[in-house]
Amino acid sequence: MAERLLTFSIFRYNPATPEIAPRMQEFQLDETPNMTLFIALNRLREEQDPSLMFDFVCRAAVCGSCGMLINGRPGLACKTLTQDLPDRITLMPLPVFKLVGDLSVDTGVWFRQLNENLEAWIHTDKDFDPKAQEERMDNALAQEIYEAERCIECGSCIAACATANMRADFVGAAGLNRIARFLIDPRDERSPWQVFEVVGTDEGVFGCIGLMACDDICPMEIPLQQQLALVRRKMAWAGLKGK
Amino acid sequence: MKWSEAHLSDVLVIGAGLAGERVAIEAASRGHTVTILSLVPPRRSHSTAAQGGMQASLGNVAMGYGDNPDIHFEDTVKGSDWGCDQEVARLFVELAPVAVRQMAQWGVPWSRVVPGKRTLPDGVEVEELPEKAGLIAQRQFGGTAKWRTCFASDGTGHVLQYAMDSVVVKLGITVHDRAEAIALIHDGKECYGAVVLSLRTGELRPYLAKATVIATGGYGRMYGVSTNAVINEGTGMAIALDTGVVPLGNMEAVQFHPTGIVPAGILVTEGCRGDGGYLLDKNLHRFMPDYEPVKKEVASRDVVSRWMVHHMRKGYGVESPYGPHLWLDLRHLGEAHICTNLREVFTICANFLGINCVQELIPVRPTQHYSMGGVRTNIHGEAVGLTRLYAAGEAACWDLHGFNRLGGNSLAETIVAGMVVGEKVAEFVQEAPLTFPFSVVEDHLAAQAARIESLRRRASGSENVYELRKKMEETLLEHVGIFRTGEGLQQAVTTLQELYQRSQDLRLRSSGLGPNPELFSALRLPGMLRLALCIAQGALLRTESRGSHYREDYPKRDDVNWLKRTLATWPPGASMPHIDYEPVKITELPPGDRGYGTMPIK
Ligand SMILES: Cc1cc2nc3c(=O)[nH]c(=O)nc-3n(C[C@H](O)[C@H](O)[C@H](O)COP(=O)(O)OP(=O)(O)OC[C@H]3O[C@@H](n4cnc5c(N)ncnc54)[C@H](O)[C@@H]3O)c2cc1C
Ligand code: FES
Repeated sequence: MAERLLTFSIFRYNPATPEIAPRMQEFQLDETPNMTLFIALNRLREEQDPSLMFDFVCRAAVCGSCGMLINGRPGLACKTLTQDLPDRITLMPLPVFKLVGDLSVDTGVWFRQLNENLEAWIHTDKDFDPKAQEERMDNALAQEIYEAERCIECGSCIAACATANMRADFVGAAGLNRIARFLIDPRDERSPWQVFEVVGTDEGVFGCIGLMACDDICPMEIPLQQQLALVRRKMAWAGLKGK
Repeated sequence: MKWSEAHLSDVLVIGAGLAGERVAIEAASRGHTVTILSLVPPRRSHSTAAQGGMQASLGNVAMGYGDNPDIHFEDTVKGSDWGCDQEVARLFVELAPVAVRQMAQWGVPWSRVVPGKRTLPDGVEVEELPEKAGLIAQRQFGGTAKWRTCFASDGTGHVLQYAMDSVVVKLGITVHDRAEAIALIHDGKECYGAVVLSLRTGELRPYLAKATVIATGGYGRMYGVSTNAVINEGTGMAIALDTGVVPLGNMEAVQFHPTGIVPAGILVTEGCRGDGGYLLDKNLHRFMPDYEPVKKEVASRDVVSRWMVHHMRKGYGVESPYGPHLWLDLRHLGEAHICTNLREVFTICANFLGINCVQELIPVRPTQHYSMGGVRTNIHGEAVGLTRLYAAGEAACWDLHGFNRLGGNSLAETIVAGMVVGEKVAEFVQEAPLTFPFSVVEDHLAAQAARIESLRRRASGSENVYELRKKMEETLLEHVGIFRTGEGLQQAVTTLQELYQRSQDLRLRSSGLGPNPELFSALRLPGMLRLALCIAQGALLRTESRGSHYREDYPKRDDVNWLKRTLATWPPGASMPHIDYEPVKITELPPGDRGYGTMPIK
């Protein structure tokens, strides 16, 4: 591979020094083989500017911490190889979420709120009996639930979503996918109507204007379009049928 | 200090991984107010990264028929090389099935038994029976007599953490993320809570509680190459050590996982070998059967890791710009299997190596993975040395794992310990009054504020935090790794002592204002170096080999002198840990042969 000199243009803002306005700052770095944005950003911080703020946890594309706009497109920085990018790389924080500083945004609080609003937990009246054998489940169904459960709440789909960028109360693809997960899980005893009361609105499933950027960019490649269709179908039906 | 800013609750849980959240749920569902602290949103905790699975002796699958807690117990004790507490192991194996089933009720989509015949990669035919259809499925992991590891496709840790956190949300438990406990508040007898640094603003605030629980996970990141998340820096253990009265147990017991990918160190699960993956050398020879004819690739982690390094030392490693490595071969498992049960592995290979593991070999080498050592507790999770302090999960030395943890036993431990410790904590706070000695709280807060102030003012000092840290990581990796010698360990201790001295003299290059990463690293580093010294000194003194602790100059286990647990404390103002020992509790299974991993390394 030809040695490249990479130029990074990175969004900078420290809320502790509001007198310094948000700005783009340029850094340069020699590219090394198999370099990811995780490696690059850490080198920038350790060698050039120790105040640079960004979030990584697993650095293996499983925890969802490192969502950011990479040349304008939301994605996970830890699994983005610099070799797949031009030699000028622009990094911006995800929109929609509250900014912590530089590239770091507050996805945790946002998703906690979402999960509270969606009541995203198993609703059941059954008590747990520690002596009983587990209830059976078909493996195909377990895999189907897992397919929706794979979302890592990185926020990329929310950042890419036109509706979410316009209205703060929209649950977005991540929220609808989460609902799909509970709708197909027989352990959740909520009726479709009870779910309708949570998402059968413009903040929920009917707020989507169908641009489907979420489906294009999901770093986990969750079939969001399919999940959305499922929720729509069930919600339309529940809406018609009523209580 | 402004008392109005103090945060009060019955229980303060430091850490929002599986262990911390399980403790919190237990205490909250018994009616107590609980606050959980975490460096990151709970669902980003390191527990999420576990792919492989969780052990519980359900005996649901053909290769697991007849399994029961007794066999799980025996595997755990043997695996620990008789270093574990057998009372704890017994309690654990009895409760693991309960934990797995409760997680099913909370929403974990466990993979399930599908009836029918199939042929395993080694030619053995198995048949899953129709009457077991739909029960929780289990796979093979290293060091176990039966197939016992429950799993959810390729993302066990992820689904466990999400299901657990959904219960936390349901119960409305308060979570403060981006909040780091940087000191415990205590008077040498009782613990009253912690001084907490906001990673959003850089501000300090006291969190006071009737009971405080350390569930901060492991310290993998102190090693230069580790499978752990970047937040696993051992800070929870460090603040316990800083009390001067709480001992850390068996810090020298550090596990290496056989299959970290090269160079990134990202783990590919033990499920790869459990499901039939092979290890190959540079001649594409499958070498494990030469060393371990019976268990082959699925011997215990410590054993496989050692043979791998041994084999590379003999010149059979594949040369690479990042040093020698070996190959992991999954190709014969077939695309269908790899892309469902091992999909995570498939994507890791694609994303970080640019290879397709259905057709290509995966470069791997043993990589730091797990810390068996931690805050020494009794069977109820009560920390030794301070009342009102508890610990659970990887941060604790409870001590289930002794000198080597079996794969799948850690996820199970986090949840089982969470149940047990949570119950104990709930019982304790039920009776305990909420009182605090004001001056103790003020002193602790002032001490931490002073540290931050002096770093921010950059008044003195010359040392660079990242440079010292890198040296520490390299020192541990080189001298306190898979193979250890007295000479190397002595050198490590000397280097670490010097680094520790230098860490008293840090100077920030940035302003340190706001959510400043350099300041946060500078605050952590001295504590990490104290932990590093506990690890190295413990390893230097332990003149035997047991589990993951392997001394080339003392290659045999020595039960006469060393059937005991190391306890490290750090007296105030000291420059070295104080090392002490306690006997290991043997109740059912007297020390014997592990049955594998016994071939002499020549
Ligand atoms: C890649 C990988 C794969 C694994 N796979 C398996 C497997 O298949 N099966 C198995 O049994 N085990 C596995 N393990 C081990 C297992 O995942 C961990 O041991 C376990 O998840 C630890 O859980 P925990 O709750 O103790 O800590 P963690 O999940 O590490 O959580 C620690 C928490 O503490 C918080 N924290 C840390 N310090 C502070 C502080 N100072 N103040 C406030 N909060 C703090 C963090 O934010 C985090 O929320 C794996 C480990 C790795 C590295
Ligand atoms: S750091 Fe975990 S997804 Fe990127």
